[in-house]
Amino acid sequence: MAAASMMPIFSQNVSSNSDLVPEWSRQEVSTGTTIMAVEYDGGVVVGADSRTTTGAYIANRVTDKLTRIHDRIYCCRSGSAADTQAIAEVVSYQLGFHSIELDEPPLVETAAHLFRASCYRYREELMAGILVAGWDRRKGGQVYCVPIGGMLVRQPVSVGGSGSSYIYGFMDSNYKPGLSKDQCLDLTTKALTLAMERDGSSGGVVRLATISEDGVERRVILGDQLPKFSTH
Amino acid sequence: MEKHFTDSRVKGVSTGTTILAAVFDRGVVIGSDSRASIGGEYVSSKTINKVIQVHDRIFCCMAGSLADAQAVTKTAKFQLSFHSIQMESPPLVISAASVLKQLCYNNKEELQAGFITAGWDKKKGPQVYVVSLGGMMISQPVTIGGSGSTYIYGYVDAKYKVNMTREECLQFATNALALAMGRDNVSGGVANLVVITEAGVEHIVIPGDKLPRFNDE
Repeated sequence: MAAASMMPIFSQNVSSNSDLVPEWSRQEVSTGTTIMAVEYDGGVVVGADSRTTTGAYIANRVTDKLTRIHDRIYCCRSGSAADTQAIAEVVSYQLGFHSIELDEPPLVETAAHLFRASCYRYREELMAGILVAGWDRRKGGQVYCVPIGGMLVRQPVSVGGSGSSYIYGFMDSNYKPGLSKDQCLDLTTKALTLAMERDGSSGGVVRLATISEDGVERRVILGDQLPKFSTH
Repeated sequence: MEKHFTDSRVKGVSTGTTILAAVFDRGVVIGSDSRASIGGEYVSSKTINKVIQVHDRIFCCMAGSLADAQAVTKTAKFQLSFHSIQMESPPLVISAASVLKQLCYNNKEELQAGFITAGWDKKKGPQVYVVSLGGMMISQPVTIGGSGSTYIYGYVDAKYKVNMTREECLQFATNALALAMGRDNVSGGVANLVVITEAGVEHIVIPGDKLPRFNDE
């Protein structure tokens, strides 16, 4: 403990121009990212890239941005890594408690509202864009978008994070209602790959999860297995 | 309020616009939207022309400050016609792009304009050049620019193929412009397209209601 408490004092004495304290370690950790969630009949598909950056340094190149909130409810995190981890922990706790009180699995809508409550109340302090997706018995597969600022809206398909700007056109032209589970997985993989190729803050591997009545199925698509588009 | 990573503080000034150019088997398609806006709140023109002809088979699209872009293209047009008379032959597309590049590079402190130059010449056939803000010039088979272009990077990467036919390329360009105009609030109006081949130049205007429609959520 004595050694650990010495560290902050040491680094404060070092001037900011020193080579001993690299630039990237003084920057906030961010999940500049690309996340996506799609509803299909019977469940949802969620996907994310795997890059976490501190400035120009990639702090974690195999991040898992698909966070379990409950058995059949996941969230995709974008924005500040610290903020989103903290909010997800708070909501998991609240939802777990609520589910025990109710004595049945919680609704996706409830989880989304809990996220919104935290994101809106502390909107000035937080930088968090979250997609909440899951399956429940009442409404089946659902995707809720809680962007920065704390709005809540349900959408059949939603993208988020810094890389999402580049794939709005692709998503608008390729998504149609009534896709099957495999088509949704394919669409998500392609969209994330395209975004990762253009956005410097997104990259690594593609993490996917399918949530349905039967449970959660997770998979990872490594860099060399990603779809290739014509290079120019 | 909402922090976009693509706002003008990060990218530099960008005319609310979407411009693109793409090479197909026998020519190029160059196109843009037609909206001019002030501060993203007021549409000052619904039908502005952003595709400027600098020579018989060479067109360019402007991005950035419209005032700077117009001044630069006027100068370039003059220099290019002078050059063409001296050489006694139509100018090469790379010459047109180089003229723009010289102007952008030598005046980089004052100017904030980028260009896409597309055309056809006898030496290399159809070509597209992009001259970016500081004066870099590179040749690419397909390129997009303006604030609306961020939303269609994924679509262009996925959909563009080399050696498309004229119809395929026109459909690709129309779709790309329509998708960008659908997401970017400072791009809109009509789609202005120009098809340049050895045979000649064809202007195509697609009004808003005839643009392809995609699944709106």
